[in-house]
Order: sequence, then structure tokens, then C-alpha cells
Amino acid sequence: MAKRIDVKDLDIYYGSFRAVEGVTMSIEPRSITALIGPSGCGKSTFLRSLNRMHEVIPGARVSGSVILDGQDLYGAGVDPVSVRRHVGMVFQRPNPFPTMSIYENVVAGMRLNGRGTRKAAMDEVVEGALQGANLWNEVKDRLDRPGSSLSGGQQQRLCIARAIAVKPDVLLMDEPCSALDPISTLAIEDLMDQLKKDYTIVIVTHNMQQAARVSDRTGFFNIAGTGQPGKLIEMDETSTMFSTPSNQATEDYISGRFG
Amino acid sequence: MTTTTTPTDLTAAEASLSQGRLPRWSTPATVAAVVVLGALAILVLDAPVPLVVGLGVLALLVALPALAWVVEGRRRANDRMWTVLVTIAFALALLPLLSLMITVTQNGLARFDWEFLTTDMRGVLGEGGGALHAIVGTLIITGLATVISVPVGIMTAVYLVEYGRGRLARAITLLVDVMTGIPSIVAGLFAFALFSIFFGPSVRFGIGGAVALSVLMIPVVVRSVEEMLKLVPNELREASYALGVSQWRTIVRVVLPTAAAGIATGVTLAIARVIGETAPLLIITGSTNILNTDPVDGRMSSLPIFTYYSYTIPGVPPEFGVERAWAAALTLFLIVMLLNLVARVLSRIFGSPTSR
Ligand SMILES: Nc1ncnc2c1ncn2[C@@H]1O[C@H](COP(=O)(O)OP(=O)(O)OP(=O)(O)O)[C@@H](O)[C@H]1O
Ligand SMILES: [Mg+2]
Repeated sequence: MAKRIDVKDLDIYYGSFRAVEGVTMSIEPRSITALIGPSGCGKSTFLRSLNRMHEVIPGARVSGSVILDGQDLYGAGVDPVSVRRHVGMVFQRPNPFPTMSIYENVVAGMRLNGRGTRKAAMDEVVEGALQGANLWNEVKDRLDRPGSSLSGGQQQRLCIARAIAVKPDVLLMDEPCSALDPISTLAIEDLMDQLKKDYTIVIVTHNMQQAARVSDRTGFFNIAGTGQPGKLIEMDETSTMFSTPSNQATEDYISGRFG
Repeated sequence: MTTTTTPTDLTAAEASLSQGRLPRWSTPATVAAVVVLGALAILVLDAPVPLVVGLGVLALLVALPALAWVVEGRRRANDRMWTVLVTIAFALALLPLLSLMITVTQNGLARFDWEFLTTDMRGVLGEGGGALHAIVGTLIITGLATVISVPVGIMTAVYLVEYGRGRLARAITLLVDVMTGIPSIVAGLFAFALFSIFFGPSVRFGIGGAVALSVLMIPVVVRSVEEMLKLVPNELREASYALGVSQWRTIVRVVLPTAAAGIATGVTLAIARVIGETAPLLIITGSTNILNTDPVDGRMSSLPIFTYYSYTIPGVPPEFGVERAWAAALTLFLIVMLLNLVARVLSRIFGSPTSR
């Protein structure tokens, strides 16, 4: 569990458009890494390249390397499907499977992969994942209700439970709280703090306070202008980034002078 | 940042937020008045009915908006006018359907009895007889057509929506479009030409009819399933991929179940679309008076063809044949209604996880 990621000279393209250019960074295990930056600078694109999710989009490709504990995710013969089993993802908008109950949603990763096991073992996984996602007490009496019957914040925590039920090494979160109220946001931030004991977490956020509150390290992405590729401007300990950033653009962005 | 605008160029009526409202009963009252006047005109003045109906509709079209204009203002007058127009269009569309239902039921009930449903026409010349052979034939032929079309159609749609890129996908889409427009008689000729290569020009059997109907049914299934698959949000596919699920399993376990309700409805409507086909079956399944349950051996009757022959060659005296024709039409009608009901039930069942 909890592996480190080393990204080297990563360029990401949509067709002929280069969306992200020359990113080199290391992501430490058992820590939370926050990615911030103005809209359209390629944060989501970069995040999705960490579990090869961007390949779902026709024409998208990368050059460079992403190394997960010594294994290049983009090496020859690497199966994107098994990459995603190790690097899970939580999306901006909660997306529980509408045809499945809460219970089925949590075990979806196993069931859909045809690895459903004995009922007792599944029950254990469901309880563990829901407790891990801080949702167990709210839903334990209605596990057979549809996932869509939950509130937005509960749905998002259900999605987190679903993602951790397959026991990934890394958890990617793309603005997981942007559709949520402050209380649910806090619940998810607490949750991330607990999860980082076992996982490597990368979170994209537009909320500076959130980045400052939860993350250990912060990376700032920026874009020179429309049509230009996004770049990683600076990456450091979160406390350093928010107090004494070494780059003027970072300081401007963090203090709200642009973006 | 508050700017105050002075409403100088608004009239007093426009500036006020509340306006006159017509009482709720005004519309039914107007309609009732027009109906009463029309009835009087017909009964007392002996005016021709179509003329009165036309004038009445016109009167409503003028009176309701005019009334609204005076009391409620322009926007509501507009609203009324379109409401009247839409209602009229709705009635126009519904009238033929209602009249059809009533006519078929009235004429069909005379012979829609147990004997009709349980006997065939073996040795029947005048009274009596039934359509068992036609009902069974229709069910077998349409059932086989469904068995052929649904897998082909669903798989084609899955290919087009989930995998298809570039040339091949465009070519298939074009072919499906062309297939949609094939006249049913051509589908029958196709099946006949195909099977007469192997079995000679006197070939007649049920499976041929099923193939002909499939030619008509596949494009309908492809189209409706395609639409349903496109409605499945991409987020669900991504959620599944992000769990390390392969594309194929995602399609089978997430996309298709999510679209199941719509697919079930689409398939049922496609069945309803072909179950009444006459022309292709005339060519390739022929017609017979006796029950034949073997789709690969010999002529097979079906409800549309039974109806057709019972009506055009009713025998002597003709009324028994004609009565059987109407009863067969009613049977077909009921089967289609039943299919629609089944579609609704299916979409309920597939709709949510709790109902399982
Ligand atoms: N599917 C796509 N096809 C083509 N270009 C895309 C696609 N998705 C994103 N892009 C482009 O890539 C660039 C980076 O987009 P991305 O979604 O990664 O930005 P972001 O930093 O996540 O922005 P936001 O903060 O608004 O979510 C943008 O210029 C965008 O237009
Ligand atoms: Mg984004």
C-alpha cells in the first residue's frame, strides 16, 4: 500500500494540442499532495494521467514517464486496467452507479471485476470501506437503498468508499468537495487526514484554505495564455508554499491577486 | 453595486407586478358556451356538422386569446392561443386512434371468442373456425425475428456508441439509416431470394418470414439502443474504469444495465412495429389454414395475412369471413397493447435497484 510516484518530463496531449508540458515531480507516500492553479491549466489532465484515465478520451496521449514504486505506468506492456486497480480516483461530481444499491456500489469494484466473494467477506469489506469513508453510521440501516437516494455529500463519501474498497495504493481526487457544503467538506477533509495513514493522496482543489489545511505538499500549475500548455511552476512543502513561495506567480495566485 | 433604474418608459400596467387574472372557470365556461351554441346550430338550424365543428374551433381560437388579451395582457393571450392550438393538434392526432380502437373493438368482438382463439381453419367453410394457426404463426415468426434482431441490434449499437470510430462506424451508421428506409416488401423479396437459392423457388416457411422481419427490425433496434446508450452519462463509465474495470465489463455490467429500461422499451416498440407486417410474409411464409408450429417446414399463417385473406376472400356467405377478419385485427391489436404494457413493466423493473 501507499506507493510513491515519480513523474518525469511528462507532456500530455489532446490530439495535437499540448495541454500540459514538462512536469517533473515526486509524490510522497502516506501524504497528501495538493495541486492548485487557475482554471484550464491542466490540473485535471495531469491528475488523470496518473492512472491513465485520460486515455479514455480519443486522441489523448502522453510522453514522459510516471513511475509508481519503480514501475513505469507507461512502460511497454503495462495494462491501463490494472494500473487503475492500483491508482483509484474520486471525481468532482459524485457518481454512484444508479442501478446499484449502496451495498452494491461499495463492492462494485470487486463485483464488476468478477471477483465477488462470499457474502460474509463482502459484508466485511462494505463495513470497512463505509467506516473508512465516515459513512457507515448514516447508511448502515439502509444498505439496500439506491446510492442515488443519498445527499450529495453522502454520495461523494460513498464514492470514496467505493474507491477504497478495492484497496488501491494511491487515491486521486479531482475537486472532491466542490459540489459540497462546508460540513460535508469538513467531513471529507477529516477523512483524507485519516486515509493518508494508508494511502498516497493527490487532490486537485480550487480552495486555497483547503489546500493549506489538508495537504503536506502543494504544487502550483499555471498557464501562460490560452492555447499554451500548462506547466508546474513550483512545488514545495505546503507551509513554505503558503508563506514564502519562491515564485512571484505563485505568490500572486495564492494571495488572490489573479486567477 | 446597486444601480436604481427609474421605470420611466414603462406603462403603468407593465410597471405593476400584478395584473388582472381571468377566473379559473373562464376557460371551461367559454368552451361550454361554444359547444352549446354549436349544438343549437346543429339541432335547431340543421347546420352541417363539419362546418359547425370548424367554426366552433375557430371561435375558441379567437375568443380565448381575445378574452385573455383584454383582461390579462399580451403574454397570457399568446399563451392561451398556443394552448388552444396544441390542444387541437392533440385532438386531431388522437381522433383517428380512438376511432380505430372503437371500430376494431366493435367489429371484432362478434367473433372474439374461445373457439376463435383455440381452433384453426381446417375444414371450415362458412361459420365457425378460428385463428389459432395465425396467432401461433405470428408469435413464432415475430419471436424468431426478435431472437435474431435483438442481439444483432444491441451489439451493433454497442459497437457504434462504445467502440466505433472512423470509417467503419460511419459506414455502419449509413447502412443502418438505409435499412430503416427499406420498404417491407423488399425485405420479403430479399428473404425469398436468399432462401430460394438453397431451397428452390417454391420455398415457403416461417423462418424466412423471421429473417425478412429482422431486416426491418434490426435498424429500429440499433437506433433506439444507440440513443439509450448515449444517454448513459460518461461519468458512470469513468467511475467504472477508475475501479480498474475493463471496458467490456463496464459495458456489460454498468452501461447496459443503466440503459436497460430504455432498451426494453425500444425492443418492445420494434416488435410492435413488425408484428403487423403483411407484405414480406405474403411472399416468404405464404398462408395456410392449418396449425403449423414448425418454422422450418412449410407454410405458416400469421394474423395480418389471415386478416387479409379473410377479408378479401371471405367465402360464401361472406359475413363469417369478414367477422373473422375483424376478430383477427382485434387480436393483433390486443397483442400490441400487451407488448406496450410489458415494456412499461420492464422499464419499472429495470429502473431502480430497490424494486428487485
Ligand atoms: N477532452 C478534452 N479534449 C480536448 N481538450 C481538453 C479536454 N479536456 C481538457 N482539455 C483542455 O486541456 C486543458 C486543461 O484542461 P483541464 O481540464 O486539465 O484544466 P483544469 O486545470 O482541470 O481546469 P479546472 O480548474 O477548470 O478544472 C484546457 O485547455 C482544456 O481545454
Ligand atoms: Mg479540472
